[in-house]
Amino acid sequence: MALISVNDRAVDVDAAPDTPLLWVLRDHLAMTGTKYGCGMALCGACTVHVDGRAMRSCVLPLGALAGRRVTTIEGLSPDRSHAVQRAWIELDVPQCGYCQSGQIMSAAALLAAKPAPSDADIDAAMAGNLCRCGTYPRIRKAIHRAAQLLAPGRDT
Amino acid sequence: MPAPDRPRAKRATARNSAPADTGRTADTARRDFCRRTARLGGALWLAMTVPAFCGRPAARAAGRGGGEAGGAEAQLNAWLKIAADDSITVLVDRSEMGQGVYTALPMLLAEELEVDFTAIRIVAAPAGDAYVNAGNGGQITGTSNSVSDAWERLRTAGAQGRALLIAAAAGRWRIAPERCRARRGRVENDRGQSFSYGQLAPAAAKLEVPKQVKLKAKADYTLIGTSPRRLDTPAKVDGSAEFGLDVRLPGMLHAVIAHCPVLGGRARTVDSRTAETMPGVRRVLATPAGVVVVAEHFWQALKARDALEIVWDEGSNARLDNAAIRALLDDAAAAGPGLVAKQIGAPGAAIKTAAKSFAAVYELPLLAHATMEPMNCTADVRPDGCDLYVGTQVQQIAQAAAAEAAGLPPARVNVHTTLLGGGFGRRLEVDFIPAAVLASKALGVPVKLVWTREDDMTHDYYRPPAREEIRGGLDANGKLVAWQLHITSPSITARFDPTNKDPFDSVIEYVQNYPYGVPNFGLTYTRREIGIDVGYLRSVSHAPNCFAVESSMDELAAAASKNPLDFRLELLAAKPRHANVLKLAAERSGWGRPRPGRHLGIAFMEGYTSVIAQVAEISVTDAALHVHRITCVVDCGQMVNPRIVESQIESGIVFGLSAALWGGITLAAGRVRETNFNAYRLLRANEMPETDVLLVASDAPPGGIGELAVGPVAPAICNALYAATGRRIRTLPLAEQQPLRA
Repeated sequence: MALISVNDRAVDVDAAPDTPLLWVLRDHLAMTGTKYGCGMALCGACTVHVDGRAMRSCVLPLGALAGRRVTTIEGLSPDRSHAVQRAWIELDVPQCGYCQSGQIMSAAALLAAKPAPSDADIDAAMAGNLCRCGTYPRIRKAIHRAAQLLAPGRDT
Repeated sequence: MPAPDRPRAKRATARNSAPADTGRTADTARRDFCRRTARLGGALWLAMTVPAFCGRPAARAAGRGGGEAGGAEAQLNAWLKIAADDSITVLVDRSEMGQGVYTALPMLLAEELEVDFTAIRIVAAPAGDAYVNAGNGGQITGTSNSVSDAWERLRTAGAQGRALLIAAAAGRWRIAPERCRARRGRVENDRGQSFSYGQLAPAAAKLEVPKQVKLKAKADYTLIGTSPRRLDTPAKVDGSAEFGLDVRLPGMLHAVIAHCPVLGGRARTVDSRTAETMPGVRRVLATPAGVVVVAEHFWQALKARDALEIVWDEGSNARLDNAAIRALLDDAAAAGPGLVAKQIGAPGAAIKTAAKSFAAVYELPLLAHATMEPMNCTADVRPDGCDLYVGTQVQQIAQAAAAEAAGLPPARVNVHTTLLGGGFGRRLEVDFIPAAVLASKALGVPVKLVWTREDDMTHDYYRPPAREEIRGGLDANGKLVAWQLHITSPSITARFDPTNKDPFDSVIEYVQNYPYGVPNFGLTYTRREIGIDVGYLRSVSHAPNCFAVESSMDELAAAASKNPLDFRLELLAAKPRHANVLKLAAERSGWGRPRPGRHLGIAFMEGYTSVIAQVAEISVTDAALHVHRITCVVDCGQMVNPRIVESQIESGIVFGLSAALWGGITLAAGRVRETNFNAYRLLRANEMPETDVLLVASDAPPGGIGELAVGPVAPAICNALYAATGRRIRTLPLAEQQPLRA
């Protein structure tokens, strides 16, 4: 049994210590918003936050997570109210949508670290998240829009 | 454990017992695939029917965002349900794989029904003859025709629903229907009374569906042509959207599959003793597709798969590689001109007597679909029936495949279509379904079978490689007088009909729409199989054919000493819609006056009854190519939701860029070398050029948009590279020919 913190909840997981966090979330905790794409940290579909940083859950073994705080797409906000989610809805970013949990988690981590990212910041932060549908132009716009939504004194 | 019986390659070709159609036209080649495929197991699936009520229970809602209907639901026709709490449910009979059908199709119905569009709930339609796509000959999402196929049908369904609700209200009020009108989910009368649709629906559902309904004129549209937000977006930003991979059923087990590393090979012996003792493992079973490991969790199954000791019979492809495939195509092309698919005038003679002649060979590689969601399927087989949860583009074919594996009549298989994490034609195939069904049947519980990325990359039905040889002739004034294309490629269509001898295959489809006016035209096809199965990839023939056509047009323009734009416009003089799009693309891109250090290349395509032109803006520094911008102008006829159209065009450009720059599958000793995204490179966010998309307002009927933008990308870039360097690339992908700077 391993005790880990997921979305501010302490959970006991009965899985082998080498089980990647991705499969712990999906199979053991029934949180399927985090997606499997490659299993090798190449595509970013499995991106979650660990202690606030964007990490690829497909290569993070359960045994390495004791005492660390995991946030998944399900825990980003209770009601799609995170600025990134609002911007994503406003600009209709997703197409098939499969990679979008990972895109959103990468974008949210970027904005937490850099509230007003440049295009170069966006390139650097988002290069690890593949989108086969090609939503990249909208993702870029939506990250800038989310930054606006987050800016102090702005409520629109 | 006994070895499985049949390898996939044989299985695929053994499927067909349908007689060859006769007298079919070129344009129907791909449809015939659907028709033939739909006859799996000898059953004739198709009823090219008038839409009729389909009584089966609808599948699950598309994620939590959809909400649940409240109270009893009344079904007014195959696509529309109205609940007592006034919630409106639309059954969408095409698969949502990103292209927006879960929004665009309900818009068509809602336009006539007069309801608040944003409150509509979406449910995936079950498999059923009511949902046949007439253009494809089956309940099939493909060929970019979901909107054009639904255009009359779903507006009519909405109008019928409205008429039934009005009739029900008029009956209650005992007044003539003409004194009632429908507005925002209510029927009102001229005395100021009203009922909500939910109050009327049970009575409306009992009335006879009116045969004749009047559809709105374009001027009266309030929804069509506007861009309400996609109905599937909310569930796609909070993790609640349900893809096939996300299906969870009580008591469900997880499975993975070991495929023969050589395409078409099979397991000779399997030693599963170690695997079967590993934690969580419930069963190892041989299936025709491969060796399936079933465990309590995916990770346990995957670890146990690694512990299997399998001796493979590698079969006939054990020595196949790209050089061998190229030689097969070259030899076949050299053996003769192939079957004549289309001829105008006497192209051969005209080229011989032309003032100037031209010849070039263009080569296209195998490509993988690489959907972000790997293939997967969840099956729940019981003695009396089977529930199948799957992201599929072919509900009826999936149903037939599951039924065959389960040993059940197809009517006993309920297909629940999930969201698709990318389709691109990969999910027109059902190769990943039987193993899940067999595993569920063997264990008596629901089983979810998930392919790894490596399984997905190495066991695709790849886009066929092609050798496209073009000859052309110019007169003394540099006018094109003859154009001839000889395509040599394995067939996609023929997998389902090996006896087929006619030239019309989906791999030559686009060239039949060759848009340029030329007095002597020839198209011939040599079918050359290469030992592995090939499949439909987004844009199918359009991307390879467009690469050859538009590259050749540029080369011919150069031979004629003409501007590539002017050369094309001269030949499109009789087609103002085409010329308009081409001119607009030139204007917007700054054609003829590129920015310093930049170079432009143009490409044009007509397809899916839409018209598109693209201009690539590139630079070359230290011999390395960099793509800065793609300008794209589209006339796709009447648009339903322009914002979705725009996103599909962007999507096609990205798909085309990945293919043009890096796309290629390498076979070595029958094994696919590109096993994951480190080797099969896809465009990333930091490599994305600017895009400038213009959608032309048009009164033409709705055309396709999902596949449209892929084709012109590669030729536009190669034409720009020629403008920059004088170097002509005739073989894709570019990365193997030219240094790139992302």
